[in-house]
Amino acid sequence: MKYTEDHEWLRVDGDVVVVGITAHASEQLGDVVFVELPEPGTSVSKDDEICVIESVKAASDIRAPLDGEIVEVNAEVADNPGLVNEDPSGKAWFFKMKVADLSALDAMMDEAAYNEMIG
Amino acid sequence: MADLQRTVLYDLHIALGGKMVPFAGYEMPVQYPMGVLKEHLHTRAQAGLFDVSHMGQVILRPKSGNVADAALAFEQLMPVDVLGLAEGKQRYGLFTNDAGGILDDLMFANRGDHLFVVVNAACKGQDVAHMRAHLSDACEVEEITDRALVALQGPAAEAALARLVPGAAGMSFMQVAILPWEGSELWISRSGYTGEDGYEISVPDAQARAFCEALLAMEEVAPIGLGARDSLRLEAGMCLYGHDIDTTTSPVEANLTWAIQKARRAGGARAGGFPGAERILRELAEGPARRRVGLKPEGRAPMREGTQVFAATEGGEPIGTITSGGFGPSIEGPMAMAYLPSNLAEGATVYGDVRGKRLPAAIVPMPFLPNRYKR
Repeated sequence: MKYTEDHEWLRVDGDVVVVGITAHASEQLGDVVFVELPEPGTSVSKDDEICVIESVKAASDIRAPLDGEIVEVNAEVADNPGLVNEDPSGKAWFFKMKVADLSALDAMMDEAAYNEMIG
Repeated sequence: MADLQRTVLYDLHIALGGKMVPFAGYEMPVQYPMGVLKEHLHTRAQAGLFDVSHMGQVILRPKSGNVADAALAFEQLMPVDVLGLAEGKQRYGLFTNDAGGILDDLMFANRGDHLFVVVNAACKGQDVAHMRAHLSDACEVEEITDRALVALQGPAAEAALARLVPGAAGMSFMQVAILPWEGSELWISRSGYTGEDGYEISVPDAQARAFCEALLAMEEVAPIGLGARDSLRLEAGMCLYGHDIDTTTSPVEANLTWAIQKARRAGGARAGGFPGAERILRELAEGPARRRVGLKPEGRAPMREGTQVFAATEGGEPIGTITSGGFGPSIEGPMAMAYLPSNLAEGATVYGDVRGKRLPAAIVPMPFLPNRYKR
């Protein structure tokens, strides 16, 4: 698993990257009540705001962690936003993307580095 | 959090794992480990305990000894029938300004030889100054600073409080009573800010923590933070001062005409004679140009405070703005309040601009969830 400074996790699954948010982020957000996902087939650039998560407190964006194309989204998390709190790094993945350059993940934080960042 | 005040229950909030945030000049718990959603649902299913000690408690004591004199003086600040409030009863009130806007909303009770007033935390300094400036001829304006205020809300509130204070069970909605507990006096009202049955209880600072701990020791009682307080009151269709009502909104625009009793309306025994009477009586007669309404967004996306509302999916100027909005855990969907032109009827569809997309929302009656007061 790799991590971004925006509290997203990335897991390589074959030739695609699965993206979600960390348990730390879901705790900070509070109870999630709404998730808006991108359309599959959308081409995205790193840092594009492509998902919206709304908790009982506020709305936040999820940004594309890399350049690439959205190939699949998790309809289950849109139907049941509470999954983001229940199982953030498992069932509550948001989207799968094909990335232009998988080696870009090498520069990202591993779990130890992420845990150090969040203290 | 420098410069913020703490209520006498601060240490209890910390011990309970409360997440403290700045609110109206105080460090207050926005949630406890249970989380906003579960705290909300717990209050509707059982009983929730809220610290509202940051709110202002004020006694208006008539210099003549006759509470009617305090009532008549108080009526000069509000379009509300104070004189007609029976002893032992509480009522909702509003301070208005000369332009007919709302300075604050409040609760007041007739306690026989004086009036007891509870005002919003964010306004209490100006409210006390306002009362001193206008009521001092008739009353002593006494701010109570040595008592905490807590709310116990939910269907199990009666059973829980009655274990400590048996007399509370027999109270009816909007009744007040002074009842003993462990040698101290509790000032109790059967009212609240959730749409549920429940109580608000003023307790001396020295006993406040022990009183709360006695309630929290009961299985059905859980501590509830400001986050759930907000979603509970919004489902109940209640206004939050500074958001849904303020100095620019009149009580008529705010759809609070039920708070203006006959005695203060045109033709009433004490018609007018409150700040902004000209505008407020005119709006009562002719109807206001805009009115606070409930909105039920289609789909799941919440429409938050500040969202602009349009009449159509494209073009045109905004017809209003959302003043409170969020997700209602009990109605399992989004809900909002907005000021919209009065000619729009219930059932009409309007469009909220959410992140550049105009999403449909229906104008609906409030409350969003039927209230369950003990009448």
